[in-house]
Amino acid sequence: MQGSSRLVLAHFWAAFATFAVAIPLGAWQMLVRSPLHQWIAPELYYRAVTAHGTTFAYVFPTLIAMGFGYAVCAVSLGRPMRGLSLAWISFALVIVGAAMALATVAAGKANVLYTFYPPLLGSPYYYLGILVAVVGTWVWIGLMVWHVRRWKIDHPVLPIPLAMFATAVGALLWGWTSLGVGAEIAFLILPNAFGWTSTIDPGLARVLFSWTLHAIVYFWLIPAYIAFYVLLPQAADGRLYSDKMGRIAFLLLLIFSMPIGLHHLFVDPQIGAGFKFLHTVFTGMVVVPTLLTIFTICASLEIAGRLRGGRGPFGWIAALPWDRPFVLASGFSMVMLGLGGASGIINMSYVLNSTVHNTQWVTGHFHLIYGGAVVIMYFAIAYELWPRLTGRPLAAPKLVRLQLWTWSVGMLLVTLPWHLVGVMGQPRRMAYYDFSNPALASQGVWVTVSAIGGFVLVFSAALFIGVLLASHRGPTAAISPLKFSLAVNPPRRLPKSLNSFGIWAALVLALTLANYGYPLAQFAFLGKSAVPAFPVSQNDRR
Amino acid sequence: MSTLPSDVIEESERRWAYVVAAVIGLMFAVIIFTSVHWAAQPPSNVETIDASRLHLAGEFVEENLGTAVQPDGSVIVRVIAQQYSFVPSCMVVPAQTPVVFRVTSPDVVHGFLIMDTNVNSMVVPGFIAEIRTRFEKPKTHLMPCHEYCSVGHDGMWAHVKVVDRQEFTKSYGSQPRASCAG
Repeated sequence: MQGSSRLVLAHFWAAFATFAVAIPLGAWQMLVRSPLHQWIAPELYYRAVTAHGTTFAYVFPTLIAMGFGYAVCAVSLGRPMRGLSLAWISFALVIVGAAMALATVAAGKANVLYTFYPPLLGSPYYYLGILVAVVGTWVWIGLMVWHVRRWKIDHPVLPIPLAMFATAVGALLWGWTSLGVGAEIAFLILPNAFGWTSTIDPGLARVLFSWTLHAIVYFWLIPAYIAFYVLLPQAADGRLYSDKMGRIAFLLLLIFSMPIGLHHLFVDPQIGAGFKFLHTVFTGMVVVPTLLTIFTICASLEIAGRLRGGRGPFGWIAALPWDRPFVLASGFSMVMLGLGGASGIINMSYVLNSTVHNTQWVTGHFHLIYGGAVVIMYFAIAYELWPRLTGRPLAAPKLVRLQLWTWSVGMLLVTLPWHLVGVMGQPRRMAYYDFSNPALASQGVWVTVSAIGGFVLVFSAALFIGVLLASHRGPTAAISPLKFSLAVNPPRRLPKSLNSFGIWAALVLALTLANYGYPLAQFAFLGKSAVPAFPVSQNDRR
Repeated sequence: MSTLPSDVIEESERRWAYVVAAVIGLMFAVIIFTSVHWAAQPPSNVETIDASRLHLAGEFVEENLGTAVQPDGSVIVRVIAQQYSFVPSCMVVPAQTPVVFRVTSPDVVHGFLIMDTNVNSMVVPGFIAEIRTRFEKPKTHLMPCHEYCSVGHDGMWAHVKVVDRQEFTKSYGSQPRASCAG
């Protein structure tokens, strides 16, 4: 892969190593809070939740996005990457930061959960670790943008290949959105944790965190969407329906995924109703690129199905090569994206949100979208890249299909009951529920079902790691190089707006100012709302 | 692929754009209609308070916590959410009466959720959360804290007891600040 194979493999193996640790932690959490298990010391539970959340929010998807970005950069631009040493420095920063944060969590010094809402305060090394990892990703962002610029200078009239265009969108999106949590840690939390300030404003901290909290999900999602556009049509023997529509969808994600974060704060007292409504409207707009993607991908698959002899309004679906891992994973992904998207639309409604806010419904929603629809595409990407990276064919195709099936079934078993008990009012983030209470008793059976689903996921995760390991040790063979799907009508020339980022970046700035300007600036004149921090470790000693 | 020229693709995309616009438009129409017609607004009063002095003076001193009947017959319930309990731990309110909860925290972020209702708010120290609601039927609701507030979070549950209006006046009317705690 143009000399980038080791770099990509290092990112993927590091990501899957953290995955292999954090998945059993998640299953264990579901078990101990279910009726199948006795009460345990909550401190252990919250330590595990912090480790699971920190890994899956800041480490695992980041490494996948970076590794996949390098792969796309090498393959789509068709020439070796420059600045490989910078890429390794970036990798090292992410690993060192993640290790620092996770070691602090493992030591029980930062039971603050991955959202770490101040004034609850853990050890400074936890936050410092996350900050170091985030700074590491900024080097990757720089590398992606630099390679697009270099390529454009050499090819002034050609369209940037869609895969690279979308990767650059993901990089820019993450660059802008990571500033929220970066500023929260650098300017509010660390000065307090090191004792330089005596108080911290929890309202301001929550607004800054919300800057990151929604768009980060799109940063996780973009590799999956890139795979839909540039790998799936080819994996199904078809063509991409429209290259241009893909660009429009990614650009809309860039614009709309960040200035909507206040929908995480719909029931917060520090934000007025007007801005909550504004963010509802913009959250509605971020549905548009997903609806465009669903259309384009279904149309591309229809072409594939009809080329394979499928007839009639639905016959093309049956004619698709569902035995191929990439096609199978994409099908599951779209089912979960549909269900999770529907529950997300309920979350984003300014009116309905109160019914489910901070209940297990929300946990169900983001596990279905991210753990389900997105992570299963990470598996598909890994299966697609592995032979190209290692020079060895994928071992045991039957086990690969079993892995994808068990992941989807497990994820639905986990998340559908969560949605249900969420509507019944079950709060999230609880180490223990008293199911002997008649008001909670009816939830017990559903909590048990989801706990069983957790172990299905552990089985599937073990299978995944096993297949990758076995393939990596298998015999070498001639492997066809990775190619990206051709569009039905590949664009020869594109308008400047669909082949550059300048005006879109300006629009992102303007929307940020409009949607976040006042909610952030208000803390300068609201009156005293800052409070002293409450170290979480104090509670451990009690 | 000569059977699929660009204008055919663009026409199908245009049709889909109408579908997308209709879906989003319908969603907004429902949200706007329900929020205006039912006056369903999330709690958003943006009111600050000095969290370090709650116990010393002002609205949230201990003897002012609980249910206060207003001259117009509505009630205001003042509540403190703290590690790891609500004060009062059992709130009593009359049915079919406008109820205002005013909640704040002296320590960390907590959550305020009355199960089987749409009452849901974050409790952020430094701010007062104000939630307006009305309970139709007598019932005792569970009220968990729904935001992680450190390791004792899972033990932070309270109750909201909704009683018949006459019974409320009879049993609790004489108390300046009513509660069903302890």
